[in-house]
Amino acid sequence: MNDFSYTQAASAKEATGRLKDQAQAAYIAGGTTLLDLMKANLQEHPQLVDINLLPFKGIEQTKDGLRIGALERMSVVGEHPLVVQAFPAISQSLLLAASPQLRNMASIGGNILQRTRCGYFRDAAFPCNKRVPGSGCPAQTGDNHNLAILGVSDSCIANSYPGDLSVALAAFDAVLTLENAKGKQRRVPLTEFYLLPGTTPQKETVLEPGELIVAVTIPTAAHTQRSTYLKVRERSSYAYALASAAVGLDVQAGTIRAARVALGGVGAQPWRSREAEQALVGQPATDATFRAAAAAALRGAQPREHNRYKVELAQNTLVRALQQVAAG
Amino acid sequence: MSSDLFPPADTPSPADNSRRSFLKQSGGILGLALAPPLVSQAERLTAYSKVVAGTTEFTLRVNGQARTVRAEPRVTLLDALRERLDLTGTKKGCDHGQCGACTVHIDGQRTLACLSLAVMQQGKEITTIEGLAQGTELHPMQAAFIKHDGFQCGYCTPGQIMSGVACVREGHADTDDQAREWMSGNLCRCGAYPNILAAVREVAGQPSKG
Ligand SMILES: Cc1cc2nc3c(=O)[nH]c(=O)nc-3n(C[C@H](O)[C@H](O)[C@H](O)COP(=O)(O)OP(=O)(O)OC[C@H]3O[C@@H](n4cnc5c(N)ncnc54)[C@H](O)[C@@H]3O)c2cc1C
Ligand code: SF4
Ligand code: FES
Ligand code: FES
Repeated sequence: MNDFSYTQAASAKEATGRLKDQAQAAYIAGGTTLLDLMKANLQEHPQLVDINLLPFKGIEQTKDGLRIGALERMSVVGEHPLVVQAFPAISQSLLLAASPQLRNMASIGGNILQRTRCGYFRDAAFPCNKRVPGSGCPAQTGDNHNLAILGVSDSCIANSYPGDLSVALAAFDAVLTLENAKGKQRRVPLTEFYLLPGTTPQKETVLEPGELIVAVTIPTAAHTQRSTYLKVRERSSYAYALASAAVGLDVQAGTIRAARVALGGVGAQPWRSREAEQALVGQPATDATFRAAAAAALRGAQPREHNRYKVELAQNTLVRALQQVAAG
Repeated sequence: MSSDLFPPADTPSPADNSRRSFLKQSGGILGLALAPPLVSQAERLTAYSKVVAGTTEFTLRVNGQARTVRAEPRVTLLDALRERLDLTGTKKGCDHGQCGACTVHIDGQRTLACLSLAVMQQGKEITTIEGLAQGTELHPMQAAFIKHDGFQCGYCTPGQIMSGVACVREGHADTDDQAREWMSGNLCRCGAYPNILAAVREVAGQPSKG
């Protein structure tokens, strides 16, 4: 880890001001992504600006839905009664992630900005277009068993966001509140926050340099209450998803009135599937409908040699998640 | 981690003189720990907080005692405990948040010391495995690990015990399955899991069904 200076910002203005003065500086919240990458010398920052004193806290119902401050911890949000009762999929996506220790440390904003677990990205001895633009992508023909099959490009096939929370946030129309150095706030839907790799996999989100995530807001609806997050991994706990599904259904008299579907582990970004939703709405809540929706979700898949299994795994994961919600 | 993180305590690093800038306080751990707030509230609203660079001296509260640490901002809590304070009970396994060997309690919450910066823990109550026993009387979790043979090589054990104490306190050890899930952040290469589970479940009040 490179030597750096450290300071604690007392306000958003001070934090963004610091990054304006020193563009290579980085914010630190829980530090569980940042220090991990800095220890591996994959990121270097001359200064860390501690943002934990900023007032980006609170978990509350507002007129726009559930608002969660970006500095709330994963453990607290995951077990909060409001979240558990009205947004079960969000709670599960948090409590099935990482470990109890990491969840105590990790913030919501940091979670949204975690980085890929692609083995080539995480080993500076290899070329990687995301880390060193233009250097190449060994994962295309190399070990890609845990990488993405939807939204990928010839430049990069990583699941840029390998985690869980943003998958649920993508499904349920979450909106991020961001704040820049001028103190100006803007709202960006989570589904528009992440960028597909295309030819520029180093550009991962629409966050401007120095811009802060202030909060995330999730509209309340029948389909958020009747929702689940199903995560499939190589071991039963403390592992990233090979495939996951966040789903919510509003079923009335056996017919699906509203549906929300997002997939994790398989997309270059948290993968909202409007194709699957279209295949569900207006249809009876049956296995045949669920299978058709799963097929629609994976239609555009572009698997490589070692992640071909994910095409079927993701469909089965989605079908099982839909069955669980329909039955619940 | 390489030893260049620990320059000899008596030779100030170059950054110490050139980069340290004493700007006005704005509260928070730096203001509180390094200089009591001498500036007025109005000043503090506009002033920037102090920047800490190079090796500095600060105080950590560890196992109920105030301890002085000399370290750069990049020194993790794990390295500060082990290399500066001679508290080597907390173990370094992966150093990347993947194994749980470095688990300590910060303000009562189980936390990974390897992904925490020491400089960020000022003003907090840190408890390590050394702080668990009351004199010669073992903590019930320590006693349960001995009774149930909850270890083989013992390397993961301090982390397992710290995690187990928190797990029971959180109310996450009420069934075998729940305890397994909420202890999953602590890996054991020796595979002592059944006995670790038995110890945690016994302290939670319900012996494991195995
Ligand atoms: C071993 C391990 C296993 C894991 N498993 C999972 C898993 O299964 N599922 C999962 O979802 N996640 C998993 N994670 C990732 C973990 O959830 C993230 O590391 C964590 O959420 C990051 O939050 P943080 O507060 O620690 O972020 P930090 O490390 O403090 O910050 C991360 C990045 O975000 C920036 N940042 C932080 N907050 C803000 C803000 N408010 N505004 C602007 N920028 C900000 C920082 O500058 C930094 O670049 C795992 C991590 C580890 C180490
Ligand atoms: S898949 Fe993306 S992150 Fe992985 S090596 Fe290729 S460019 Fe890098
Ligand atoms: S040493 Fe901290 S988790 Fe492995
Ligand atoms: S007892 Fe050896 S690693 Fe757990």
